[in-house]
Amino acid sequence: MGLKTPLYQQHVDAGARIVDFGGWDMPLHYGSQLDEHHSVRKHAGMFDVSHMTIVDVHGGDATLFLQKLLANDVAKLSKRGKALYTCMLNPTGGVIDDLIVYFLTATEFRLVVNAATREKDLAWINEQAAAFDVTVTERENLAMLAVQGPAARELVAPLLPEDTRDAAMQMAPFFAVESADWFIARTGYTGEDGFEITLPAAAAAALWDGCVAAGILPSGLGARDTLRLEAGMNLYGNDMDDATSPLEAGLGWTIAWSPEDRDFIGRAELEKVRANDKRQQFVGLLLESKGVLRDHQRVVVEGKGDGEITSGGFSPTMQRSIAMARVPAGDYDQAQVEVRGRLLDVRIVKIPFVRNGDIRIEL
Amino acid sequence: MSELPGDLQFTKDHEWLRKEEDGSVTIGITDHAQSALGDLVYVELPEVGQDLETGGEMAVVESVKAASDVYAPVSGSILAVNEALGDDPEQINNDPYGDGWIVKLQPSGDDAETMGPDEYQALLDELDA
Repeated sequence: MGLKTPLYQQHVDAGARIVDFGGWDMPLHYGSQLDEHHSVRKHAGMFDVSHMTIVDVHGGDATLFLQKLLANDVAKLSKRGKALYTCMLNPTGGVIDDLIVYFLTATEFRLVVNAATREKDLAWINEQAAAFDVTVTERENLAMLAVQGPAARELVAPLLPEDTRDAAMQMAPFFAVESADWFIARTGYTGEDGFEITLPAAAAAALWDGCVAAGILPSGLGARDTLRLEAGMNLYGNDMDDATSPLEAGLGWTIAWSPEDRDFIGRAELEKVRANDKRQQFVGLLLESKGVLRDHQRVVVEGKGDGEITSGGFSPTMQRSIAMARVPAGDYDQAQVEVRGRLLDVRIVKIPFVRNGDIRIEL
Repeated sequence: MSELPGDLQFTKDHEWLRKEEDGSVTIGITDHAQSALGDLVYVELPEVGQDLETGGEMAVVESVKAASDVYAPVSGSILAVNEALGDDPEQINNDPYGDGWIVKLQPSGDDAETMGPDEYQALLDELDA
């Protein structure tokens, strides 16, 4: 038996198929992963993401510390509640984790990191923090519920604390509002509008039940994965890891190169990769025929060499198989993927595949 | 847990077989198998006329999360494949013992290692335990 979130009983009661995910007993689906996927794209679904790790960084050096720790630059943030997506790199320029950092004040930040990387992340953050005037606190006894889809915000609004409701409905994407231990962010991992709501563990079941009553469909890790793949959002451990440069994982846009004298961890090695025009590129693939692309399948690019699918699967929205892949440098729009000994044609396409319910790729 | 159809034979790989009056066998995957795989999105079918050895790869069923081989439970020649699965692989989820059939095969031997419903139910109970 693994770790259980404060919503475990809700999952069991809703008929979830429970699987192990990074040591946690989590819902894979509640009957049909496809129904859950479509519900998020067309209406509203919700995901228990309480297994994610929340770390508060407070102190006089908080800004300086995070400017060193993170490859994106928290100095871009000046409005309370503003969020920033970033990688945390190791000295060799590989990705320790990807995370969201929220700015509260110049001395108060919140990080949300992955569940499966919790221990190494905390060890690394604490080790780096020793040289700074900061306190690093893992927040416990909190739950997190992601409510996603075009109708999600309207449906969940009446269930939010009264003093946050108006602000939550009015805030722009990638902002958060707080009230006591509630933290409501307009973020997500599906490519749809919605909230990620952090709240006291003791209040989680009531929010869940309220969402069910409001018609928000419980959705599991399976739908979460197909939604994020369509949205072209990276999954740590699949699309990048400690040995992968963010520049070869489609995450170049998250690196803040200026100011040039900001010496974030991993910068020196990253500069070398940046200067190498033979570095691999990260692209989307669309399977031209029927079938399903899968993680780790070989991508064959004629005259260029081989690449690898980092995340592949079936797109319920497009009714075609799609993938994200690391492939050789160069300008080309066709490749092949080896599926059970056969080479199938794929088209190189721009990520994301789907955003806000709309297919972005010509089929 | 739904009742297993009494006229079927089962394999330890969670396939079912039905012996038809004309001597052919119809083959599919069990309710347990479709449930474990989740929503099916693609089925790769063999060619009609293809000859298979017992244990040979006969079809591939792919769900949103994984691909799974379907092995020939008995040697023989493919008589028919369920073409409807091409457009609607979820028929296997919705009706694994009926519209979700995968192939019809003319056995060339009698080497199938199968079990009856009671024995298969015991195997499932063991897996659940």
